[in-house]
Amino acid sequence: MKKIYTLFPGLLLLFCINPLLTTAQDVLKGSQISGSFEADAQYYMKDAKMGINDSSLNGQLARMNGFMEINYSLKNFSAGMRFESYLPPLVGYDTRFEGYGVPYWFLNYKNDKLEITAGNFYDQFGNGLSLRTWQDWTLGYDNSLRGLRVKFTPVDGITLKGVWGVQRNFWDPYTTGSRGIVKGADLDIFLNDLFSGLKNAKTKLSFGGSFVSDYQSGKTTDILVDTLVYTLKLPENVATYGGRVNLNVSGVNFYTEYAHKINDPSAMNNFVYKDGNGLFSTLSYSQKGLGVIGALKIMDNMSFKSNRLVTDNQLNINYDPDITKEHTYALAAMYPYATQPVGEFAYSGTVTYTFKRNTAIGGKSGLTFAVNFSKVNALSKDSVYVSSINGMALNRPGTIGYKSDFFTPGKQVYYQDFNIEVDKKFSKRWKGIFTYLSQVYNMEVIQGHATDYGLIHSNIGVADLTYNITYVYSIRAELQGLWTVQDKGNWTAGLIEFTIAPKWFFSVQDQWNYGNADIQQQLHYFLVSAGYTYNTARISLSYGRQRAGILCVGGVCRYVPAATGLSLTINSSF
Amino acid sequence: MKKLAWLIAFLMITGFGFSQENTLTKNRPLPSVDIKDVKGNPFNTLKIENDGKPIIISFWATWCKPCVKELTTIADVYSDWQEETGVKLYAVSIDDPRSSSLVAPFVNGKNWDYIVLLDQNGDFKRAMNVVTVPHTFVLNGKREIVWQHTSFAEGSERDLIEIIKKVKNGEEIK
Repeated sequence: MKKIYTLFPGLLLLFCINPLLTTAQDVLKGSQISGSFEADAQYYMKDAKMGINDSSLNGQLARMNGFMEINYSLKNFSAGMRFESYLPPLVGYDTRFEGYGVPYWFLNYKNDKLEITAGNFYDQFGNGLSLRTWQDWTLGYDNSLRGLRVKFTPVDGITLKGVWGVQRNFWDPYTTGSRGIVKGADLDIFLNDLFSGLKNAKTKLSFGGSFVSDYQSGKTTDILVDTLVYTLKLPENVATYGGRVNLNVSGVNFYTEYAHKINDPSAMNNFVYKDGNGLFSTLSYSQKGLGVIGALKIMDNMSFKSNRLVTDNQLNINYDPDITKEHTYALAAMYPYATQPVGEFAYSGTVTYTFKRNTAIGGKSGLTFAVNFSKVNALSKDSVYVSSINGMALNRPGTIGYKSDFFTPGKQVYYQDFNIEVDKKFSKRWKGIFTYLSQVYNMEVIQGHATDYGLIHSNIGVADLTYNITYVYSIRAELQGLWTVQDKGNWTAGLIEFTIAPKWFFSVQDQWNYGNADIQQQLHYFLVSAGYTYNTARISLSYGRQRAGILCVGGVCRYVPAATGLSLTINSSF
Repeated sequence: MKKLAWLIAFLMITGFGFSQENTLTKNRPLPSVDIKDVKGNPFNTLKIENDGKPIIISFWATWCKPCVKELTTIADVYSDWQEETGVKLYAVSIDDPRSSSLVAPFVNGKNWDYIVLLDQNGDFKRAMNVVTVPHTFVLNGKREIVWQHTSFAEGSERDLIEIIKKVKNGEEIK
């Protein structure tokens, strides 16, 4: 009964506009409906060797994450919404997702000069050092803003943006003080569009600036340090501002972005009042057959969240881009780097070169190689020691916390990666990708648990071969090895995949930790998978053990947590 | 808030209900989304065009092996395809700020001849309902989406060119 009552106003509305439907058909001519859907279901099994038991499964053997998004558009107007359900969430996803609802909806109007959005939106100022809201389904990440967004282009080449809202935090409804209110403005100028005389100039120049503020109510907070409770005076308003420039002269591109954050004591930075600074810079040169790029990123105390008390990966207002290379082969992704929000000094370089066809090295159909190096160090920091405050003994780092030498890397190594990739087509039927990697990984810093061996040094080799039996049938094989004397020791991995283009794939793979010092832990991670794709609809099924990491099977990549069992993924877009 | 969401759902469903056949356009036109060209300068997706000839839009990322395989495979036959059908391929990278600056040197290093666009925050991806990459669209001469496909399997480029030939000849795509 209750349902009918809630539906009543809607039915009444429909009834009233019924005579208008004929006209409505004309008005609505050109309407578009599109959308997407995904369901990831898993049936978990106990696996004593992987440490998966009754208590870790908590009696919930069958779990599913799913969403459906619908978008509607008519001329300048569009609207959309996404329904999500986690009943309960898959292992590895934040348990606070449990439940269902519509966390995302929007109404949008857009013409040449103006765009207005009400509801949820994703946006990015520059490369995100001041503000970036985004969503990644497979990562279980969503920090969308809900509120209002206006984008205004008074003349070609100038774009002004304003955003005002609160961020998504799982299913928590917004209440005063539960999190901050985020306001931001951004100006972007593209000179070549602004001045018609520069339209066809070879040199392209754009620059921009942004300001973002977060207001979180609460004038004080108490923190406990060595059995003493200190009451901190909090800045209710915290702000970042920054600027950026992008210069392009024929094959050379230079981008740099700087952001500054005013005092923001938070659980992330141990409640220090030091300002934050962030710099992200890239310089590249490329021409047909050659690409060279160098990148530098220095982030000091730039974690900026709309709730100063949270430390998990949620409510981030800005973005800290990781400049190390993202690897997708199973063993190459064994020790993936994660940016350190308190600060880091990182640099990287990549050269990609293609030897042309019919040359000595290029052979009949060319050869591409890529060399990449990246290194991430701690910041160079000195703590600011305060002996007394207001006449009382303190003898610990004070309000500022530490001083840092921005352009000097610290001694401590967080991560280092050197890798070479060769991509070669041997004949019409045979091709291969060969990769060698040498990595250094600081597990204590990156994963936060103490080790007795210090840094992990690993060497990794991957051969990825494809043989086309006919134009429809093909076989792909991967052979991988990881050698290290630290952590879990050596690994080997193999995969065989059979595809029937364009619809079917079948694969069998295994990862074997044969070098584990603990013989009981010399585990095999067998996994068999099959999938079927029909245009944009795709269904895949797999059974076996999965190590946490990025998994690429049958043409797509996604993040998968450690588990044993049967998993089913269905997705589609329309 | 919740009520508003239901209201939107209601409007969309009723809109769908009485807009079938007559009002709902069969082939979807491209949405207008502000993204960037490969040099990092502003680009609106309505500028995607090919003088009335077929267009391929391929969503990819530098870290996505199947995507790179697909684009490398097509690169081998791209000049033949262009000669035969006049097709133009737009490779839309969904690399985020982490790797978007790598795209231009990567594409040049691989010697690809595509028009490359940067969709750093997934705005175009969302508007096109792309869930996973690679995701490939074929557009007809009127720049309407007539076919799409996700994932890449060796040999599926041959199905793609067959579709494009049909589109070029004005045949209906099922």
